Amino acid sequence: MIDVLYFAWVRERIGAPKDRVETQAATVMELVDELRGREERYAVAFSDLDALRVAVDQELTDFGAPLNGAREVAFFPPMTGG
Amino acid sequence: MDIRVQAEAFEFGAEAEAFAARQAGMGAVVTFSGVVRDVAGGLEVMEIEHYPGMTEKALSGIAEEALSRWDLGDILIIHRHGPLHVNDMIMMVATSSPHRGDAFAAAEYLMDYLKSRAPFWKKEKTRDGTGWVASKDEDEAALGRWDEG
Repeated sequence: MIDVLYFAWVRERIGAPKDRVETQAATVMELVDELRGREERYAVAFSDLDALRVAVDQELTDFGAPLNGAREVAFFPPMTGG
Repeated sequence: MDIRVQAEAFEFGAEAEAFAARQAGMGAVVTFSGVVRDVAGGLEVMEIEHYPGMTEKALSGIAEEALSRWDLGDILIIHRHGPLHVNDMIMMVATSSPHRGDAFAAAEYLMDYLKSRAPFWKKEKTRDGTGWVASKDEDEAALGRWDEG
């Protein structure tokens, strides 16, 4: 099981801050494809990956990153701190 | 290094004084603070969301990198989350060094990385509506100047 977290407009578009997902996905991209297939709101949230960033176990990474043993994956828009 | 992510307000002056007072052999202390500014349409509230756990890690990682790049005594980062209003302080950084050049450079580095690599998101509510603040290409481009090699 992986915790999948959503922040900012990704959270709003999906309508939940978090899902617990049973997955065999080997990479972030495979997980994204599984989520897209769930429901329309996921397909909409993940329609433009250029507008999204991803962190695996709280480290920024890219969509090609492997998930082996990951416990937490988070999707969010580019950050606007400071 | 002192990293704080908090909903509560902080006292910039008191924090700057306390930071300066605990330095030894540091000839330079640089501080920066980010303040909520008004926007077209009149800002009613700015809501800052963050990623608890990752935020603290990301800020610590950025501070560690600054400590390894410059001759620094210490680093302080305070960043708020939750609802903020015009003129509220969002965040502050402080750096100390024996020399001002390193303290200035490190403070700029911290700000550049904190803007684009620490998981915070700003949402603005104005009289015209509500929207997430978009990241700026120039903020991402600003990171390029710190590339080594």
